[in-house]
Amino acid sequence: MIDFDYVRANDVGDALCQITKHQAAKFIAGGTNLIDLMKEDVEQPTRLIDITGLPLNEIHETQTGGLKIGALVPNSDLAYDERITQRYPLLSSAILAGASPQLRNMASTGGNLLQRTRCLYFYDTATACNKRRPGSGCGAAEGFNRMNAILGWSKSCIAVHPSDMCVALSALDAVVHVAGPKGDRAIKSTDFHRLPGDTPEIDTNLARDEIITAIELPSEEFPRHYSYLKIRDRLSYAFALVSVAAALKIEAGAIKSSRLALGGVAHKPWRAPNAEQSLEGKQPDRKAFVQAADIILQEAVGFAHNRFKIELARRAIVRALEQAAAGTPQSQSVKVIV
Amino acid sequence: MQGRPQATSHPSERSLPPKLEVSLHVNGVERRVFLRPWTTLLDALRENLDLTGTKKGCDHGQCGACTVLINGRRVLSCLMLAVMKDGAEITTIEGLAQNGELHPLQSAFIAQDGFQCGYCTPGQICSAVGLIAEGRAKTSDEIRELMSGNICRCGCYPNILAAIEAVMQGAQT
Repeated sequence: MIDFDYVRANDVGDALCQITKHQAAKFIAGGTNLIDLMKEDVEQPTRLIDITGLPLNEIHETQTGGLKIGALVPNSDLAYDERITQRYPLLSSAILAGASPQLRNMASTGGNLLQRTRCLYFYDTATACNKRRPGSGCGAAEGFNRMNAILGWSKSCIAVHPSDMCVALSALDAVVHVAGPKGDRAIKSTDFHRLPGDTPEIDTNLARDEIITAIELPSEEFPRHYSYLKIRDRLSYAFALVSVAAALKIEAGAIKSSRLALGGVAHKPWRAPNAEQSLEGKQPDRKAFVQAADIILQEAVGFAHNRFKIELARRAIVRALEQAAAGTPQSQSVKVIV
Repeated sequence: MQGRPQATSHPSERSLPPKLEVSLHVNGVERRVFLRPWTTLLDALRENLDLTGTKKGCDHGQCGACTVLINGRRVLSCLMLAVMKDGAEITTIEGLAQNGELHPLQSAFIAQDGFQCGYCTPGQICSAVGLIAEGRAKTSDEIRELMSGNICRCGCYPNILAAIEAVMQGAQT
């Protein structure tokens, strides 16, 4: 870890003022990813601005029937909040599929979005990585790429965003509220993270001098027909090889609307609007689900160690949609997949 | 970086940021220490406060050996900066026994043979204290899942589970 100094911010305005003044500064809240990356010298801020004292730790009802979650609400508080478990169980389930109880107690809602999109090579400073050192090459493409992307990757980067929470946020059409020197703005969660292109060093569309203040969930809740299915190398406390957030609205035996997003497959949570469209009006059956999976994966291309993910994703999508349709979401404690 | 000499003659060397005064309430006792910003809570406990019960395993948030309780919640002390915990109530394995009596979980880990080498045990026990306080695990599947942040390379999981279940059942009667 390099030397850095430490300051506290009193409010959002103070935080913005401080980040503008010091170009190599970073905000810190839960710190679960940032401190880890600093220990590896992957992140090297020369100043940390502690934002944990900011008044952003409450969940409020919105006037449009949704919820606004303060950026500093811990992941565990969010996952177990009754308003979330009752109205947005897909989000609760996804959060509980990720990390460990200790990490969920520490990690903040805003920080979960800002954990780095990453892979083994991003962490290993002895290897090439365009995300860590632009122009140095990609060690993963020809290297050990079991955990890497099958969709949306570029020649410069095949890393994936590891969050489970963000996959659910993407499926639920959440909105990210941010504050910056030019004022406040709202970013759709589907537009918040970005694909690598030829600038993989940039994970999100949040500007360096902006701060996340809240995540807003719209009123459409999907309380009954949903499932978050995460497939990984061990049953707990591991990143997804593939995860699927599925939500359905079923009326009179037909799918009225649907939401489908994948984790562990791309540089950002992979929302699938074409597949969702294909489900509209169909009977919620295996045939329709296989077709939706095929639409998502038709452009998937894997690497030496992760081609299996394409078929794995196909099966996981079908299974998650079946679980959602049946109203039997995947349990995050009993890991048998039914 | 700790232990590096503060004064250096090399002109390109940045001067180190000052040590900051931090007040940590550890196991019911207020401890004032002066720390560099990058000192983790784990290092502060072990190196500055001589509380070596909390273990450094992976130092990257992947093993759970450094688990302590802050304001009653289980967290990983290796991934937090001590300066950010100024004023916090911290409980470590050393603070669980009361009046010379082991905490029920400590006794249960002994009775159920919940460890071999013992290196992960302080983290396992602090994590289990947090788990029981949260009150969300009811079944053995739920205990397993909600203890999955604590790795035991000796593989004592069945006995760790038995110890936690014994204490939870005892708490019910």
